[in-house]
Amino acid sequence: MEKIMCGQEQCCTVSPKLIFACSGAADVGEIADRAARKLTKDGIGKMFCLAGIGGRVDGIMKTTESAEKILAMDGCPLNCVKNCLEQAGFNKFMYLQLSDLGFEKGRSPATEDNINKVSQKAVEILKPNAG
Amino acid sequence: MKKIQILGTGCPKCKKLAENAEAAIKDLGIEYSLEKVTEINEIMKFGVMMTPALAIDGLVKSVGKVISPDEIKKMLNDVISSGGCEAAEVEKS
Repeated sequence: MEKIMCGQEQCCTVSPKLIFACSGAADVGEIADRAARKLTKDGIGKMFCLAGIGGRVDGIMKTTESAEKILAMDGCPLNCVKNCLEQAGFNKFMYLQLSDLGFEKGRSPATEDNINKVSQKAVEILKPNAG
Repeated sequence: MKKIQILGTGCPKCKKLAENAEAAIKDLGIEYSLEKVTEINEIMKFGVMMTPALAIDGLVKSVGKVISPDEIKKMLNDVISSGGCEAAEVEKS
């Protein structure tokens, strides 16, 4: 968790930018998953558990409600992440659909180049003043 | 379980939330233990990424804000009305 300091005491953690990736079985799912992990490693946002939303895990639900921004990344037009979030009551989130970037399921290997393309697009979406 | 847990590393907001929870417990006149969870790894086990947070009987009810005693009382009343308090009495006896 990212922390801020207030005075001499360690202060509360700040509102995070949460990233949900489909992490599906197909190649595009792997790209979305690895891009989300890269974005977390690079400090752009925090990958969070989509399964926790599906399972309505209270801590994950409440944290998501309090997020500064939410980015949903779907690998294919089945839109599983978008649908999952919406069915859980989250309607305000930014969205990245990999097919809009030209990635086609079954024809898009999870190469470093493809992962970088997706993560760069996510950085653009998540940058301050966007959304 | 039958307890309120304050999840936070010990900053002023976390302390304020703990005070509000104590006030809520006192006003309602119920027996609930209050536990402060300060270790980040323990906090993250709740699925919480932002503090302060409050959990009642192990379920996270609030994240990232200092809620008032009245809000906490409402949460506790909801738990009591759903049978949480009766279950607590059975466990104690």
